[in-house]
Amino acid sequence: MSFYESVFIARQDISAAQVEALADGFAQVIQDNGGKVAKREYWGLRNLAYRIKKNRKGHYVLFNLDAPPAAVNEMERTMRINEDVVRYLTVRVEALEEGPSAMMQARARGDDRDRERGRRGFGDREPRGDREPRGDREPRAGDAPPREREGAPS
Amino acid sequence: MSEERGQGGQGAGGGGRGGGTRRPFFRRRKSCPFSGPHAPKIDHKDIKLLQRFVSERGKIVPSRITAVSAKKQRELAQAIKRARFLGLLPYSVR
Repeated sequence: MSFYESVFIARQDISAAQVEALADGFAQVIQDNGGKVAKREYWGLRNLAYRIKKNRKGHYVLFNLDAPPAAVNEMERTMRINEDVVRYLTVRVEALEEGPSAMMQARARGDDRDRERGRRGFGDREPRGDREPRGDREPRAGDAPPREREGAPS
Repeated sequence: MSEERGQGGQGAGGGGRGGGTRRPFFRRRKSCPFSGPHAPKIDHKDIKLLQRFVSERGKIVPSRITAVSAKKQRELAQAIKRARFLGLLPYSVR
């Protein structure tokens, strides 16, 4: 058996209780296929950084799994079928982390909300912006002259 | 004239060597923020950490600015891309 971390995002307009039921279902799939769920975290309804399938928010659930690959495949298959699941990501890890994940620690400290605290540079450097978008290229000497439109006043 | 040149060249060479140790734009080489005893672990769920290595437009900041080692930069880029896929970080900010 190997260790996996799996996060799935459920649609924004289902209730927290429904999300729990959904997560129960996936945990059951893992157990039926000979794996076990080492940890389960509900991160709550979070804002998504961009729209995913018309959703601006989503319920995040994290699983830490100790399961054979077949069980993970089966769970991912049921996630694909379920329309309440907007997105999922399963990553194999060397070791499962103990205690609450970084996300839960951030929520516990209550610094989940303040995203903008002003940008700083790195070390003694000033913050540098991104490069400007490159504009259109200048016409070069060898280019064909712009085509005249027919009927255009000359 | 030729004598003058020879002298000047010698003098400049000596001065250059002396000035080389005291460059005006000397920067201490910063060490990688992910190596050392209390280094944080790179994790795609730790948005607060990852956000420090992303520009305000959402781009990954090059390691020559952040002084992250090449090995850790690869790991970091992977983590940022995973966080983006999960909607934790933006792909782009207009």
